[in-house]
Formats: sequence, C-alpha cells, structure tokens
Amino acid sequence: MKSAVILFPGSNRDRDMIKALEQISGQPVATVWHTETELPDADLYVLPGGFSYGDYLRSGAIAARSHIMPALKAAADQGRHVLGVCNGFQMLTEAGLLPGALMRNASLHFVCKEVMLETTSTNSAFTSRMEKGKVWRCPVAHHDGNYFADAETLKELEGESRVAFRYADGTNPNGSLNDIAGITSAKGNVLGMMPHPENLIEDLHGGLEGRALFESVMQSLAA
Amino acid sequence: MKARVTVTLKNGVLDPQGKAIEGSLGSLGFEGVEGIRQGKVFDLELADRTDAQAKADIEAMCEQLLANTVIENYSIELL
Repeated sequence: MKSAVILFPGSNRDRDMIKALEQISGQPVATVWHTETELPDADLYVLPGGFSYGDYLRSGAIAARSHIMPALKAAADQGRHVLGVCNGFQMLTEAGLLPGALMRNASLHFVCKEVMLETTSTNSAFTSRMEKGKVWRCPVAHHDGNYFADAETLKELEGESRVAFRYADGTNPNGSLNDIAGITSAKGNVLGMMPHPENLIEDLHGGLEGRALFESVMQSLAA
Repeated sequence: MKARVTVTLKNGVLDPQGKAIEGSLGSLGFEGVEGIRQGKVFDLELADRTDAQAKADIEAMCEQLLANTVIENYSIELL
C-alpha cells in the first residue's frame, strides 16, 4: 500500500500517522505540503490530526480550503482511499467530502482520554477486516468532536450503514449525535473519525486494535 | 467601503457555549435571561464597488468560508 500524508501548519499528529503507516505497510510514506496542487500517486491519502491554523474560524475550516484540496477531492472522486483523523475529519466535513459538522464538545472541555468504540459497519475498505459489533478501546484528544448533521442526513447515514464507529458503553466524550465517532462517504472510500487508531498499533501503546483499520485498506487493495 | 457579516447558529443546533454563558450570567445575578446563542461578527473593508456587487461578493465569501452553512446562518450589512 502506497500512502501519503498531507501536512498543514499546526498539524501535530502527522508523525504518529506516518510511523503507523510505515510500520504497517512496510513502505515509505510520502508527505505533501498543503500548498502543493498535485498529489503523488498513492492508494491512501491521510489528513492527520492536530490544530491546523490554530483552529481559527472553525476547526479544519482553513485547511479545507488549501491549494491541495481540489486534488484530494479529485482523488476521492476517482475512488482513492481518503482517511481523516480528528482534525482531518473536521477538514473532510468542512471540505464537503463528508456530510455534517464537528462542533464544540458538549462539555466544553478538551477531552484527552480513552473511549470505547463499537465497529458498527464493516461495509467499507477501512473496516472490512474488523469484526462488526466488536467494542474496542481507542484514544481521543479533541475539543470539537461533537458530530452534528440534520435529521435527514443522519437518517441517510444510518440507512446506508455509513456510521463506521460509535462511542460505546456510555463513553461518548463530546455529545455526538447517535454516538457517532466515524462515518464514511456514500462510496465508502472516504472515512472520517475523531479517535486515533494510529495511536494503537504497538504493544507500548497498550493495544494493537488500531492496526485492523490500516490492514483492512491493505487487504481491500490486494483483493 | 465597510461591511459587517454576522454568523449565527441555525435553530436546532445545540450551542453549549451559549448555555455556559447563560449559566454564568445567572450566577452573576442577572435574572430573566431566557436564552443566549453565541455567534461571530466579521468586519470587512473592501475596495470600492457597487452595493450590489459588494453584497454578491460577500455572499460568496460567506458560502465558501465565513459560514459553515451546515450549522450556521449569516447576514450581511453594508455600513
């Protein structure tokens, strides 16, 4: 699997993501500065977590209007895989690649802790190797993770099994509607999620559950 | 020329910040505050153009960046 991580001023989870991708794919990972207008050839493009542009205006809003974004949208339209984690999820909604919006946590607090996630759909390339209904522990670290969408959009997401991950066991850390932690695009090739699977890939992290997400993409490419 | 854009949350979108401000006003002793919604104001300075052109330009700015129309409404005033 060839992968590329897009970098923005203020991103700070990019190196974790690059390390995870390198370890799991066994290949070097390309990096792309946000001012570029063309993407290197890759199977998976990742928008990493962090605080692009200091969360000015709205989290992810300014990054979502970067020079690189038209190329990313074109790649998504062509069916390439796009993953946005945390701030990357916020960028995907701001860029219109995923529906809805991520608002200030209902508690108003920045939350940095572990939550329980349920894998609620295994339809997409990102979750195909995961077990549906499995509940796993995953770290979150965000201030704006409160997923909001209008009733019609929620119905569509639920009806099309596009909610990939839900906060489980009463651990919703942000007030997200329907406990939504991650959603996919209609074609299933774009995933946005607030939790950090890249921080759960080696024993020192206390678990390996995050690997399944990246391995799913690799397996779907090989299929 | 100058203009002001006001961005507010749509009805039905929860506003935890507004709720916290409302609670704080209550604890300061202000009574009868029945709701607060927090919004944003942008003051723009534009090179001269006709009012109609200014409104059209600012509307495009709102749609493309200043507001997230999934959760926010905006209004434009030329000053």
